[in-house]
Amino acid sequence: MIIERLRAGWVELRRYPSALMGLGIIAGLLMLALYTVIAIPYPQALEAWRGGEAWRMHPVNAEPLWLDRLKGGDAPSTLIIEHDAEEVEETMFTGGRRLRIPLAFDFGYADFPGEMNLFLRAEDHAEAPFARLSWLTPDGRDISLGGHRLQPRHRVSISQDRELTRRLGGLAPHIGLFADPASDAVPEVLPGRYRLVLDVVVFDEQADIDATLVVYGRVHGIAGTDHQRRELSLALMWGTPVALAFGLIAAVGTTLTTLVIAAMGVWYRGWVDALIQRLTEVNMILPLLPILVMVGTLYSTSIWLMLGVVVVLGIFSAGIKTYRAMLLPIREAPYIEAARAYGASDMRIVLRYMIPRILPVLIPTFVTLIPTFVFLEASLAVLGLGDPVLPTWGKVLNDAQTQSALYNGYTYWVVAPALLLMLTGLGFAMLGFAMDRVFNPRLRNL
Amino acid sequence: MIDSATSAGRRVPLLEVDDLHTWFELRQWGFRRVGTVHAVDGVSLALAHGEAVAFVGESGCGKSSLARTLLGLHRPTQGEVRFDGQALAGLGKADMKAYRAKVGYVQQDPFGALPPFLDVRRILAEPLIVHGVTDRTERERRIRAVLEEVRLGPVDEVLGKFPHMLSGGQQQRVVIARALVLEPVMIIADEPVSMLDASVRVEILDLLRRIQSERELTLVFITHDLSTVRHYAERIFVMYAGRVVESAPVDELLDHPQHPYTLALLSALSDPDADNALRLREVPGGEPPSLIHPPSGCRFHPRCPQAMAGLCDRDEPIEFTPRPGHVSACWLYQ
Ligand SMILES: Nc1ncnc2c1ncn2[C@@H]1O[C@H](COP(=O)(O)OP(=O)(O)OP(=O)(O)O)[C@@H](O)[C@H]1O
Ligand code: SF4
Ligand SMILES: [Mg+2]
Repeated sequence: MIIERLRAGWVELRRYPSALMGLGIIAGLLMLALYTVIAIPYPQALEAWRGGEAWRMHPVNAEPLWLDRLKGGDAPSTLIIEHDAEEVEETMFTGGRRLRIPLAFDFGYADFPGEMNLFLRAEDHAEAPFARLSWLTPDGRDISLGGHRLQPRHRVSISQDRELTRRLGGLAPHIGLFADPASDAVPEVLPGRYRLVLDVVVFDEQADIDATLVVYGRVHGIAGTDHQRRELSLALMWGTPVALAFGLIAAVGTTLTTLVIAAMGVWYRGWVDALIQRLTEVNMILPLLPILVMVGTLYSTSIWLMLGVVVVLGIFSAGIKTYRAMLLPIREAPYIEAARAYGASDMRIVLRYMIPRILPVLIPTFVTLIPTFVFLEASLAVLGLGDPVLPTWGKVLNDAQTQSALYNGYTYWVVAPALLLMLTGLGFAMLGFAMDRVFNPRLRNL
Repeated sequence: MIDSATSAGRRVPLLEVDDLHTWFELRQWGFRRVGTVHAVDGVSLALAHGEAVAFVGESGCGKSSLARTLLGLHRPTQGEVRFDGQALAGLGKADMKAYRAKVGYVQQDPFGALPPFLDVRRILAEPLIVHGVTDRTERERRIRAVLEEVRLGPVDEVLGKFPHMLSGGQQQRVVIARALVLEPVMIIADEPVSMLDASVRVEILDLLRRIQSERELTLVFITHDLSTVRHYAERIFVMYAGRVVESAPVDELLDHPQHPYTLALLSALSDPDADNALRLREVPGGEPPSLIHPPSGCRFHPRCPQAMAGLCDRDEPIEFTPRPGHVSACWLYQ
């Protein structure tokens, strides 16, 4: 039956390189989607995309690593220097201890880091400990980074230290601290081993101090990071199953409901048909996007609600007119009359004898319909009506837009999601057009 | 043989048609009535169990409309169809479905009559599925049996074929098999061979005739072709403009036609031009009657060479019996 027709179609389809390429792209996207949902479980992805403390060790607005290297750069990656208990020197005094914690690392990049933070933990201390920080450069200079009374969870934003900036001659600390004093106007990196030494006075016999220095890079991973330090790869990856699912469900939902309703109208004729026609005409002049914007603004931007609205508004879409025109002659086919004569029910005739007849013709339209819904979802997100919690391509674009990514030179932030959207469109369009030629023989000679 | 006594005892007709009218409203833009087609306009008849009858008449005289009304595909405008004493109009949903299983339908265009996207196995399984034969092996057994019966083989090969892979004759055998698969008691065949190659027509007609006699089916056989009707039917009904104008056993009617319309048909049949001889369409002279505004009185009067002014154009002829078993609706026999 239809399977047979599809099999024959497939054999013919394989002769179209564009179809194979489209299939390849779609297969790639599907694999990415599958990998994503397995590797990063949904709740974990939502949790992570909410942002916050979990990302504090990631750089802000870092470029993808490969992109920098491709451009011949040598921007640093993020260095995380944990304190090593072995190296801590400890001296006791009455009522407390004196700790000397060295945090040493080698820095050999040609480019300066993007930022520098020191994270300290001083939990369970009876009285807040006091820490004095000093910065030792490879050439033996000792620069004081000031003293801090430590909270249980303490962050020293070294690169925000204005006083230090002034002392470094106007250079931001994460540049000034790494600059070669010999370099003139344009600061250059002094490569070598750097040391941040913490001299801590602890007013407690046992309680410990935990120190982590983060020298943020300017590049990160394969997709870079956004203004909230989140890895863009998370949204780009999770955007794939979301986009495919949205596109597929919306396309299936609208096509099937439209088809069944068109077939009902054709079969029952009379007022049923007339009602469907009128509803379609009314629906055709209702603009989809503004309605979605309205629902999103006034109600909720949940992706499921949007999907529901898209499908509901799609039920009485213009497709009904096309399907109706295709189904009308089928209604009069002798085999339909034969089916009535042997007692087939109306439902059976509509679903088993009328719809399957035009299904092969619809498959290409259906395939090309998928990306239009993917784009619709992305457009909504760009308009700020994306799902509030889901990481999607559209949300990435929306963030990039609100953060003026292009103006700030974060091209990768816009290009990656746009490329994925284009790839999706391309894959389905190439397959759909090739299918159209195979399944709609009238087009074959065009 | 015990049967014959009972069946002789219940000489109740299988199918009775009483003053049947099937009219179609012609509408403009879906609602404005612009006329009524009187496709079937007062037909009464009775068919016995196991009887093979033929309906003949010009194109558009309402033969297919009558067939469809008998099948329950059109709702009669007036009058009723009784099957085994039961009026179709009074049947509930379930009884109507049961009736559909008892009456098989063979259409004119075998290719159009088969869903192009189903293979033969599925096509023949459909009626069984519709009528609740859920057991797959049972269905397969019945499908194979019926294919054997219509001599369509090799069965294994044919089962997987799609309609377009079959010749016209083979397609019509599938159509016949589908009509038979529910074990009907009556078959309605609407010009079953008119769209087939001349070479396979006789085969298909022989097949129908054989199955009819083997299964003791009632066969309603609609045809244009008077030349072959003698071999495939026992009784003939001649239709004109939605009515039956003459009916009689085959030999009686063909050998002693009474109605002027039948006479005209048969004289056209003896036309020396062989092509014309087998077809009724070109027969007799004059305009075919309008079914929207049927002629007054005898509907044949505008074309009848023996029309009697003042009678035929005013009063509709009632049925007369000019010869035993021979009914003719013509004022000549009053
Ligand atoms: N569903 C319908 N709606 C309106 N008019 C119809 C319908 N079916 C048939 N008719 C009309 O009724 C008349 C009789 O048609 P019908 O098909 O019964 O004739 P027929 O004797 O079978 O002709 P043919 O030999 O050409 O098959 C025709 O004028 C036809 O146009
Ligand atoms: S009734 Fe009159 S018009 Fe009609 S067939 Fe007979 S003779 Fe002709
Ligand atoms: Mg007909």
